[in-house]
Amino acid sequence: MSNIHLTVNGKQESLDVSPMKRLLDLLREDLHLTGTKEGCGEGECGACAVLVDGVLVNSCLVPALQVSGSRICTIEGVSTEGRLHPIQQCFLERGGAQCGICTPGMILATHHLLDKHPNPTLEQIQEGLAGNLCRCTGYMRIFESVQEAAKLGSI
Amino acid sequence: MRSDVAQFNLSAPPSLDAVLAQLAAEPGKHTPIAGGTELMVALNTGRLTQKSLVSIHHLKELRFIRVDDDAIHIGSGTTFTDIRNNTTIASDFPLLIQSASWTGTIANQNRATLGGNICNASPAADTPPALLAHGATITLINKAGTRTLPYTEFHLSYKKTVLRPDELVHSVSLPRNFSGYRQYIRKVGTRNALAISKIALAALAKLEGDKIADIRLGAASLTDRPVRCTATEAALLDKSLGPKSIDATIRAARAALASETHTIDDIRSTAKYRAAVAGNLLEEFLRSLTA
Repeated sequence: MSNIHLTVNGKQESLDVSPMKRLLDLLREDLHLTGTKEGCGEGECGACAVLVDGVLVNSCLVPALQVSGSRICTIEGVSTEGRLHPIQQCFLERGGAQCGICTPGMILATHHLLDKHPNPTLEQIQEGLAGNLCRCTGYMRIFESVQEAAKLGSI
Repeated sequence: MRSDVAQFNLSAPPSLDAVLAQLAAEPGKHTPIAGGTELMVALNTGRLTQKSLVSIHHLKELRFIRVDDDAIHIGSGTTFTDIRNNTTIASDFPLLIQSASWTGTIANQNRATLGGNICNASPAADTPPALLAHGATITLINKAGTRTLPYTEFHLSYKKTVLRPDELVHSVSLPRNFSGYRQYIRKVGTRNALAISKIALAALAKLEGDKIADIRLGAASLTDRPVRCTATEAALLDKSLGPKSIDATIRAARAALASETHTIDDIRSTAKYRAAVAGNLLEEFLRSLTA
């Protein structure tokens, strides 16, 4: 076991976990933050995407020890004071979320994208979200949601 | 079936020296893990056989891009995102930028490293063809010191490299002497994003009039390892791409490429398809030189 200190959604945490425990499992099992989903477990689908020190990663591929000392942002940390983040509001209003399994990762990938490209082209949106698979929407409504969020200057 | 994580150990020594000391003390016992985009997949699918891992992801000594007048040096811990964001690489080595953009997705590029891509030693890896075409050298490091060799000598066979159990890849160096060269890179996969290549070709050529004065070809999935296509290069050197000779030049080049192609049937493609497409990519590059 390793003792790991990290900050999750602004809250400092100290945990004794196996050093090879996946960040995904640390979040879901130890911290009960079940908004982060598991899809493929191979880094292909993006359902488990979170931000580590502001950078988008697939949490199923990150061993716990490698995030010791890091700041993590999960979907639970995106809204503030019970109010949806503008990106979440746009996904809700534009039909960018359907069954919901891909949505947390999609929102965080959008957050990362708009951080780098506040006014992304459609091509930049497609590349930024290429690692997040959705089997419901056909992606068009997701792209529209991202474009709307960019218009609002939501980051 | 996922592995039980309690069976695995992971340590994170504070410095490169400390990591090298640990590798030297028990050679072969500890497996280095950088961004984890390969080894964690193996863990998640129950295929990870190494029980003791040592993290090198946090080592600042391996994460650098240094630009000299005559070369660029890329630390093995440099991520694909770091590579894509570097303006010198963008201007001097567009083939490397293109291949870095093919490697996984943004989330994976934020974690995966150049050294990991090379050490994983897949014949289908995205960056090796560009590194081979650019005449890269690779520097390996252990507790005793460093050794530098041409990258063409690094891969021995399928997933086998010259890396010793106590060594890490330290850096990759690319000479900055390709001004005036025409550049080409193309990957053929099942879809644009995420797909692992069926075949890929990176190429550089310098023309003098219609004549090929220099040519460098790096390929993925053409044999059991990433390769420089030296027989094809030899067949093309000093040959003409003028209107009267281009068809004969291309025929000879395709024959030479077929002679050094040992493609395989696997889950991603067939040997026959790979061999045909490799020839087509080479022809596409050669014809583009006359435009």
